[in-house]
Amino acid sequence: MSRARAANRGNVLLNVEDVSLAFGGVKALQQVSFDVFEHEIRAIIGPNGAGKSSMLNVINGVYTPQHGRITFLGKVRENMDTHEAAADGIARTFQSLALFKGMSVLDNIMTGRNLRMKTGVLLQALHLGPGKAEELRHREHVEHIIDFLEIQAHRKTPVGRLPYGLQKRVDLGRALATEPKLLLLDEPMAGMNLEEKEDMCRFVLDVNEEFGTTIVLIEHDMGVVMDISDRVVVLDYGKKISDGSPDQVRNSQNVIDAYLGVAH
Amino acid sequence: MGTYLLKNWAVVALIAALVIGMVLPLATGISAPGFYFEVMLGGLMSGVLYSLVALGLVLIFKASGVFNFAQGAMVLFAALAVARMSEVMPLPVAFILAIGVMAIFAWLIERLVLRHLVNQDAVVLLMATLGVSFFLDGFGQTVWGSDIYQIDTGLPKTPVLVAENIFQGGILINTEDLVAAAVAALLVIALAIFFQKTPTGRALRAVADDHQAAQSIGIPLNHIWVIVWTVAGFVALVAGVIWGSKLGVQFSVSLVALKALPVVILGGFTSVPGAIIGGLIIGVGEKFAEVFLGPVLVRQFDLAGGGIENWFAYMLALLFLLVRPEGLFGEKHIDRV
Repeated sequence: MSRARAANRGNVLLNVEDVSLAFGGVKALQQVSFDVFEHEIRAIIGPNGAGKSSMLNVINGVYTPQHGRITFLGKVRENMDTHEAAADGIARTFQSLALFKGMSVLDNIMTGRNLRMKTGVLLQALHLGPGKAEELRHREHVEHIIDFLEIQAHRKTPVGRLPYGLQKRVDLGRALATEPKLLLLDEPMAGMNLEEKEDMCRFVLDVNEEFGTTIVLIEHDMGVVMDISDRVVVLDYGKKISDGSPDQVRNSQNVIDAYLGVAH
Repeated sequence: MGTYLLKNWAVVALIAALVIGMVLPLATGISAPGFYFEVMLGGLMSGVLYSLVALGLVLIFKASGVFNFAQGAMVLFAALAVARMSEVMPLPVAFILAIGVMAIFAWLIERLVLRHLVNQDAVVLLMATLGVSFFLDGFGQTVWGSDIYQIDTGLPKTPVLVAENIFQGGILINTEDLVAAAVAALLVIALAIFFQKTPTGRALRAVADDHQAAQSIGIPLNHIWVIVWTVAGFVALVAGVIWGSKLGVQFSVSLVALKALPVVILGGFTSVPGAIIGGLIIGVGEKFAEVFLGPVLVRQFDLAGGGIENWFAYMLALLFLLVRPEGLFGEKHIDRV
C-alpha cells in the first residue's frame, strides 16, 4: 500500500465478526472476522471452495449467516434482503454475468438509478414535470458513468451482443449507478485476456480514487490482487488463515501451504 | 436469407399455408367479398379477446417465470365484479372499484402464494396457479352469484354498413366491436409505453431478465410481483368487460380464455407483440376454418361438419410446437451442455 493511499484511509465501514455459514453439513464459513476501512480496496482470496463467494453473498444479504455479526456504517445488520442491502449502499458485480441481456447498455445502467427515483409512475410515463426532470438528471449521471467506463460507442447496443470484456464493464457501470458506499466485485477479471484485465484494473483503481468508493473484491489472479489491493484476507476451507498487506500475506506460511499444499 | 429459409423450411411452409388458407376463399370466389370481410372481422374480434388474455399470461410469465393458469379465472372474476357492482352504481365507478379488487387480489397472491414458493420448480408454481384458478372460479360465484349477467356499456349495438360502394352488399360492423378494438389497441400502447419508457417498466424488464441481478441493484422482487399481477389483473378486467358486454358474463368465459394457451405458444411466451399477433391469427384462423374449410370437408368426406372452431387453435399450436417451439417471436433457448 502506497503512503498516499494509507493516509486517505477512513473509519471502519464494514465489520464482519465471527461469521459462520453452513449449508446442511457443509461448513462454508467458520468464524470469519475482518474489517474494511472507508476508501480501501480489500481483497478476499483463497483456493477454490474456500468460501470467498459465500462471504460476498453474506455481506450482500443473499445468505444469512447462522452465527456472527455484521456491522455496516456503524449499524448492526439484522436479517436483510439483497435489495435492502442495495438500498443501504452495497452494490455488487457478478462472476458469471448477470446483465439484463435484452436491454441496451444505457437501460442496463439506468436500472441502477431506480433506487434513487422518486416521482410517481404516471408522471414518469407521461414525461411530465418532475418526472421528466428527474429522468434527465439520472440520465446525466448515467452518461457520466458511460464516459468513465469508455463505452460511449455502445450506449444503444443490447448488452447480449457485446464482447465479454465490455459486458463486464456494463456490470460494473450498473453497480456504480446505485452510488454505492461499498462495492463488491466477484472475480472482476475472470475469463479476461491480458489487455481486458489491465483495463479492468485501471477502472477499479479509478472508481476507488475518483468516487472514493470502498471496494471488496474476490479474485483468482494473484498478480492482480497484489497490485491493486490495500489489504488482503485469505480464506481456506471456510476459515481465515491470513489477513494483512499484500506483502505480509504473500510471505505467510499458512498461505503458501494452502496454495501449494503441504506434505502430510 | 436464402439459407435461413432453407433451414427453417417447415416454419416457412406452415406460415405460407396459413397465408394461402386465408386468401384462398376470396381469391377463388368461394365467398363474396362482403361476407369474407365480415367473417374476418368476427375473427379479429374474438382474436382481440384472446390477445388480451394472452397478454396477461405473457406479462406474468416474463416477470416471474410463472405460467399463470388462473388468467382466465381472473377474467371471469373481474367481469363478474363489474357486472354485479354496476347493477347498483354507475359503470365507471364499478370499473374503478374492480381495479381495486384486482389490485388486492394481486397483493394477496404475492403475500400468500408466490412469496412462499420462490425458487421452487416451475411445475410447483403452475400447480399453485391451477389451484388459484379453481378457487377463483368458485369464490367468484360464491360472492357474485352464478347466473348469466350483462354488462351494459351503453354503446349502440346496432350494426352499421360500410364499404357499400366498394363491393356489393358492403360489410356489416358492430359499433361496439369497433370501440372494443380501439380500447384494446389503446391498452397495448399504454402498456408498451409503461414497459419501455418508465423506470418502473425498466425494473419489470430487469426482473424478467435476471432476478438476482435486479435485487442486487435494489429492486424489490415482491413489489414487482404485486405490480405485474395488478397489471395482469387490469388487463383481465378490460378483457372481461369487453367479453361480458358482448356475450354476457358466465362461467364459460373462464374456459374460452384457455384459448390464450395456444395463442402464447404461437406468439412466444415472452413476447408482448407475439401475444397480440398470435391472438389475431388464431381468432381469424379458427373462424375461417369453421366457415370456409368446414363445408369443404363436409362435402369431400361426407362428414357431419362443425366444431372446427373448437380444435383449430390447439392443432395450430401443436404444429408450431413441432416446428418452432419458441413461437413466432419468443426467445430461443439454447442449452449449453
